[in-house]
Amino acid sequence: MYDNFEKHWNGFNAGVWCDEVDVRDFIQKNYTPYEGDDSFLCQATDRTKKLWEKVMELMREETKKGVLDAETKVPAKIMAYKAGYIDKELEKIVGLQTDKPLKRAIMPFGGLRVVKKALESYGYTLDDATAEIFEKYRKTHNDGVFDAYNEEIKKARHSGIITGLPDAYGRGRIIGDYRRVALYGTDFLIDNKKRELESMSPLNFDFETILVREQMSEGIKALCELNKLGESYGFDLTRPAENTKEAVQWTYLAYLGAIKEQDGAAMSLGRTSTFFDIYIERDIERGILTECEAQEIIDDFVIKLRMVRFLRTPDYNDLFSGDPTWVTESIGGMGEDGRTLVTKNSFRILHTLNNLGPAPEPNMTVLWSVRLPEGFKDFCAKTSIETSSVQYENDDLMRRYWGDDYAIACCVSAMRIGKQMQFFGARANLAKALLYAINGGRDEKSGEQIAPMFEPVRAEYLEYDEVIKKFEQITGWLARIYMNSLNVIHFMHDKYNFESLQMALHDKEILRTQACGIAGLSVVADSLSAIKYAKVKAIRNDDGLVIDYEIEGDYPAFGNNDDRVDKIACDIVKGFMEKLKKQTSYRNSMTTMSILTITSNVVYGKKTGSTPDGRKAGEPFAPGANPMHGRDKKGAVASLKSVSKLPYEYSQDGISYTFSIIPQALGKTSEEKIKNLTGIIDGYFYDEGHHININVLERETLYDAMEHPEKYPQLTIRISGYAVNFIKLTREQQLDVINRTFHNVV
Amino acid sequence: MEIKAKIHSVETCGTVDGPGIRYVIFFKGCPLRCVYCHNPDTWSGNNATEVSVSELFSELRKYKEFMRFSGGGITVTGGEPLVQSEFILELFKLCKKENIHTAIDTSGNVFNEKVKSVLEYTDLVLLDIKAFDDELFKSITGKNVRNTLDFAKWLNKKDIDTWIRFVFVPTVNDDFDDILKIAEYIKDFKNISRVEVLPFHKMGEYKWEELKLDYKLKKVLPPLEKDIEKVKNIFREKNMVVV
Repeated sequence: MYDNFEKHWNGFNAGVWCDEVDVRDFIQKNYTPYEGDDSFLCQATDRTKKLWEKVMELMREETKKGVLDAETKVPAKIMAYKAGYIDKELEKIVGLQTDKPLKRAIMPFGGLRVVKKALESYGYTLDDATAEIFEKYRKTHNDGVFDAYNEEIKKARHSGIITGLPDAYGRGRIIGDYRRVALYGTDFLIDNKKRELESMSPLNFDFETILVREQMSEGIKALCELNKLGESYGFDLTRPAENTKEAVQWTYLAYLGAIKEQDGAAMSLGRTSTFFDIYIERDIERGILTECEAQEIIDDFVIKLRMVRFLRTPDYNDLFSGDPTWVTESIGGMGEDGRTLVTKNSFRILHTLNNLGPAPEPNMTVLWSVRLPEGFKDFCAKTSIETSSVQYENDDLMRRYWGDDYAIACCVSAMRIGKQMQFFGARANLAKALLYAINGGRDEKSGEQIAPMFEPVRAEYLEYDEVIKKFEQITGWLARIYMNSLNVIHFMHDKYNFESLQMALHDKEILRTQACGIAGLSVVADSLSAIKYAKVKAIRNDDGLVIDYEIEGDYPAFGNNDDRVDKIACDIVKGFMEKLKKQTSYRNSMTTMSILTITSNVVYGKKTGSTPDGRKAGEPFAPGANPMHGRDKKGAVASLKSVSKLPYEYSQDGISYTFSIIPQALGKTSEEKIKNLTGIIDGYFYDEGHHININVLERETLYDAMEHPEKYPQLTIRISGYAVNFIKLTREQQLDVINRTFHNVV
Repeated sequence: MEIKAKIHSVETCGTVDGPGIRYVIFFKGCPLRCVYCHNPDTWSGNNATEVSVSELFSELRKYKEFMRFSGGGITVTGGEPLVQSEFILELFKLCKKENIHTAIDTSGNVFNEKVKSVLEYTDLVLLDIKAFDDELFKSITGKNVRNTLDFAKWLNKKDIDTWIRFVFVPTVNDDFDDILKIAEYIKDFKNISRVEVLPFHKMGEYKWEELKLDYKLKKVLPPLEKDIEKVKNIFREKNMVVV
């Protein structure tokens, strides 16, 4: 420690963090809150522009071909490939996932078929010897899962009542505390892990002890591998970073190690900007760094984060379109002591959207508090208006649950960094569950008996109490098989595809959550409201299966700040969460739930028959917790009011709302637009809304981009918890975005 | 019995009819028949929703936090809201008790004692002056301009914050001399904090078709940017704040 203070930690305030791994304590003792405006920021340098132009050129090529290049032989590992560069002379921060920029690695530990299929769809073939290894000698996560699934789960998965399960791809949504590598160096971390491993020696080794010991040993090996990765780029990661550039480089290499090892659905970064600001402030103070150089390092870091790639299959892209990686960076927020966690570097990282142009990644997530400094609020709103690349999450709400050093994984999942992880569980289709309730457990599309047989609704007109009773019954069944499938998945993922490096950057004692999810909330709420307040007639086919509905009269729809239906929506959330809580979860994890669909609202809709709210078979659901399109008659704020009533307590994995507005509808002058946008976010979060995606775009721009994608390489739009390049969406999803989330009243 | 109003609809996220985020209430009924009206569906009292003052007030106060954070409030518009001034008086009284900012978007053509008492509880008036010349005004709206001009004068006398609006419609009120006369008339009114020049748009055209009304401006296009600038400059030259 004293050694460190003379060299690497010189100038830092000491604290608990010096003896124990405690990045939060380091931040609290050393950071400089910033309450000013954006006037200090520097524009991109010529070097940055030149480097970014090179990357853009590669990306244009990639857009044409689908993937730029792919590995076909060597499975990815931290040290599987030799060092790669975009342009060694120009780069300030280095490191690529493979030996070439945008070349995609293969990760067969999750599942071999997926790798084969993905390669084939882009015209590549997996090397025979590699295939043989995973067919004959090395079992994958996907094989393990299907060995343990029962028929009931397979049927439910096939019918689409549970979809998107991470049983053939990496589960993701784990954030390693990558900052630890910069602050401590790997020697300190490895010693620490070794001590922890030794202490984990009870008299009797039970299953959990053995599992933890094996995983900790894996973690130590991964940290050693990470050192080698550093060496391959000419860095000594065993010691703490000495300056800004090293701090960013060390942190990035730790993250890079993780994305070399895992292709999890969401590979989020954490909360790094304020951490880096401490190094920047120290270097500026020492006179060895200028503002312009600081911005250059951050710009370069962000260029790297924009280049994260995984090899995906076409049907994965149907679900999560636009090649998302969810390199989520959480920015800002308030500290528990009342000081803001906004620093100058919170501005710098957002400013990359101006310097490099808009982009979906990294997934810029502002942790918003009504008490954030006004200068930062205005800068965020301005950036949103100009780039549509920022999402906002309620820090005042989440701080109560997760403290002040949490970050968002993926879209809306908050977790204490290095102290918490989740077992990601995709989502259950509650709209389909409602149809099963009416049809006695049979699928409304195939007629197949999916859930255990029970008495269907026989009456011509649906009766509220009867439908509710049956809905309770079916969701009880659904919660059970859903949790069983997640337990299988995470058991096998731990066994065959464990995230050794990411988990080595966690504490020994961590909170694990089992993150379930629901889709179709507004469809179900409106359907139940229609049954209760209007008359809904069931239309049956010859087989007695209800395949359509006719509504007589009006009903209050979710999204109008009308308690009659908003309460139904809240009850659905609470009800399903309570059923999930009753199930046994893998490794005694804490069960949570999200209301989030990403872009899968389109695919879910496709797989679901007509619903009693008047939605026709195949039509998309609303994304996340959004009200159904066209039913919110009182404007955007009423819609926000309805969504903010959904209880976070019962949906601690996040509640996503997507808001798109044309610029003219935000106000006349740019100052008014900024003020109104911050007012919208403040009001929504004051009401305990959890998350909001903000798009400020002309509808015509989007139509034009559909026809002339080449004109809009960087057009970014936010949908349900993430951002995408609009031109990379499927046509169906593009239309869905344009039709379903816009507010354009002037 | 409590007074009821005839309402067309509400918008909870109004941002262009006054400062901040506004709860905007569209009232039914209007004495004018402007040839370029973009809300002809509010002219008549048909198909209206009836609400009482207390119902509407308890609804709009749900949005107080949004108003507070953004510096917003409520705006009554229509239609011509001041046709139902008795209702608005009661509504505004309640709003002022809770410190909610009140705005009226009006043509100023309904101007009487009741309206004057509403203005006692009004923080901002968005006054739409469609033309200065009486004949021209009549050809656009079917009514005389007198009330509107008197209304403007009254607002000045009472020092009520006012935004003047001018909807600039090619072929209808694009006589720059007439626009200059409006500017001359209002130039010394210190209560006017801004002038908004609103270019004619085609977004309301479909409503005329739906209502089977004869829309005379089918062939009229939105004004050119340079002409909009010209109009704005007329007001700017009189030292007025123009957006």
